[in-house]
Amino acid sequence: MAVTDKTADPAPAAAGTSRRPRRRRTFGGRNLAFWYFVGPFLLGLIIFTYIPVGWSAYLSLFDARNTVTPTSDDFVGFDNYVTMLTNADFRRSLITFSVFAAIIVPITFASSLGLALAVNKVRIMRAFFRSVFFLPFACSYVVASLVWKMSIFAGVRYGMANTVLGWFGIENIPWLFGNDPPWFWLVIATLRLWIQCGFYMILFIAALQQIPEHLYEAAYVDGAKPGWQTFWHITLPQLRASSVAVLMLVLIAAYQAFDEFWNLLPNSGNVPYARTPLIYLFHTSLGTSQDLGRGSAGALILALLIAIVTLLQGKILGFGKPEGR
Amino acid sequence: MVASRNNRRSQQAFAKFMLDRRRMLALGGMTAGAGALAACGGNTGREETGDGVSLSQWYHEYGEAGTQEAAKGYAADYTDANVTVEWIPGDYDAALASGLLTDDGPDVFESHLNRGMVEAGQIVPLDDIIADVIDDIPEGDLIRNTIDGTVYGINMIDDPQYIVYRPSLFEAAGITAPPTTFDELIAIAAELTTSDVKGIDFGAAGGTDRLGQHMINSLGLSFIGSDMQAGFNDPRMAEGAELVKQLNDSSSLLLGAPTDWWDPSSMIQGLCAMSWTGLWTMPALIENLGDDIGIFPCPGFVGGTPTVYNGGWATFVNANSAHVDEAKAFTKWLWVDNKEAILDWCLSYGFHIPSRLSLRAEADQLTSGPAAEAVAISEEFGWADNPDWTPAMNTAVNDMLSNIAIEGNDPEAELAKAVETVNSELDGIFG
Repeated sequence: MAVTDKTADPAPAAAGTSRRPRRRRTFGGRNLAFWYFVGPFLLGLIIFTYIPVGWSAYLSLFDARNTVTPTSDDFVGFDNYVTMLTNADFRRSLITFSVFAAIIVPITFASSLGLALAVNKVRIMRAFFRSVFFLPFACSYVVASLVWKMSIFAGVRYGMANTVLGWFGIENIPWLFGNDPPWFWLVIATLRLWIQCGFYMILFIAALQQIPEHLYEAAYVDGAKPGWQTFWHITLPQLRASSVAVLMLVLIAAYQAFDEFWNLLPNSGNVPYARTPLIYLFHTSLGTSQDLGRGSAGALILALLIAIVTLLQGKILGFGKPEGR
Repeated sequence: MVASRNNRRSQQAFAKFMLDRRRMLALGGMTAGAGALAACGGNTGREETGDGVSLSQWYHEYGEAGTQEAAKGYAADYTDANVTVEWIPGDYDAALASGLLTDDGPDVFESHLNRGMVEAGQIVPLDDIIADVIDDIPEGDLIRNTIDGTVYGINMIDDPQYIVYRPSLFEAAGITAPPTTFDELIAIAAELTTSDVKGIDFGAAGGTDRLGQHMINSLGLSFIGSDMQAGFNDPRMAEGAELVKQLNDSSSLLLGAPTDWWDPSSMIQGLCAMSWTGLWTMPALIENLGDDIGIFPCPGFVGGTPTVYNGGWATFVNANSAHVDEAKAFTKWLWVDNKEAILDWCLSYGFHIPSRLSLRAEADQLTSGPAAEAVAISEEFGWADNPDWTPAMNTAVNDMLSNIAIEGNDPEAELAKAVETVNSELDGIFG
């Protein structure tokens, strides 16, 4: 990709001087095409992302309950931010998220890379294997949650997991209740892995296919053995950009954890030991509570955290640097 | 008890919906409709016609077959306005909250009263339309719909919540009477527990999402005291919480059942001998278990009285409606004057108690068997929501119980924390 960019860039600049007048006569020409393609997306981004974010920032400065248009009487400055940051429940939700991220990010990374390497090695029925592993990504978290909750991890004797454990004389386990031991992490982590690994596998497969074969051939000539040695010294460094991108996407997805917690855990996920930030914010500002001021403040704090972590991660791991350097 | 009510609203509807095979085919269309509604903040389907105004009326999705047709039937019978019924599946609270923020909200809708709705100017007083029948409305239903002396809502149905049990299993275990104290409940639950049947189902959260509220009422305390501070700062609360922990630590709780407490499946499938439930499950229980059901109120904590939570739904008029007067007239016609419709709504589809004392005596279905018992305990031991009690305060009490019963934290410290959270919420509202 880097190569095509370099050759493409100088061309318009060089040709520009002679062609520019003609382009103007065709009413915008390339500019118009640019807006045709980017416009709708940009419009959607402004309406559905930037305006709500801005509005949230505005609401976060008010005591806005049951209203999105607070009056100046309700202005409270940064009180909502102070309330949220000093709120033990909100802070605990950030810890819950951290536990979740610590479990899900490395496992997703390792399993999707492993899957990609395995599927890439397969010589027969490649399309089949790729589709099979990618397919769960098309399933909604809600539907998957119901399957996990009602059949695989039902806490009663006829739940699948309990039936299997029963063969070995192990007592029924209420998988989704309580946190001693926190079995719910097993349910939640397996569900998310099942859904998202296939998607990141596809990203890794695409990146694997970009690695030039001659690098491996050169390594073999120099005496490297196929397997761990080439993986460590060639494959992994060549996957650097994709790895950073995957890590970042998995982490952001973990921050946004909502669906499976809502659908799997008791009381719509509103339990103190496993409340994720989004579940907490939902219960603060949507549904019957409608405390939109504090909810907005919390959402912005969360957005800021995601931005900081993402930037740091990019800085440390080198996001956007060319592959293999 | 806001949390359990939340559960019931969306999830009970969903479960019943799934059970009802005739409506399975509609699932796709309904879900798409829910998405569209959520996106637009509700399509009122309101059309201005020449004669008479058009009103839109919102309901959450009731699970019982025939309810939607009934609601539409009442609206069609009304001649002074053209009323369109909107049946909102899914997260009704979120759809309603966003609907009320726009000009396209409903004119008449069902909900539960909270102070936020009044302070945001979303609903109008209804004192004048209930003036004639005010003595016929149960006191609890008036209190829960009143803020600062003004009545804003009219209860359409009362849904008491209590514990249902199988008398045959009691008999087999040599238990002669249902428990009246929580200690007795713990003992009986342990006795009834076998390798296949658990003693009691308190729901997916093991009762931590409701027993705190029952404890407050059982001990004669209040959610909010007259000094506008938490009314339950009492050491007996910590003792009561220890009892819930004791129950959680025993192996007599049914946990991890595929369906939550609002669905009678666990009871019907014989997974438990007792279960927390509400009046709406009565028809299904009678159909499947016949005579083998009995009910009793939530037993008392630490010397307190038994309790029954009176849930239900109330109807309101949107203050931002273009036709407030017409909407009030319709509300009066349907939920105050139209006794036939009120009785039909309460008794023809599921089992609910009419929120009118005179109608309770008229309803044959409510004068015998377990249903009559439900009416009796609801009147004797019932408590209802306090409109000043916010979901945040409710969560504080749930968290307290969860932290004590499930995580084994210090009861006194957790009680202090819950009191502090509730007080700071109250200071934010009244301070």
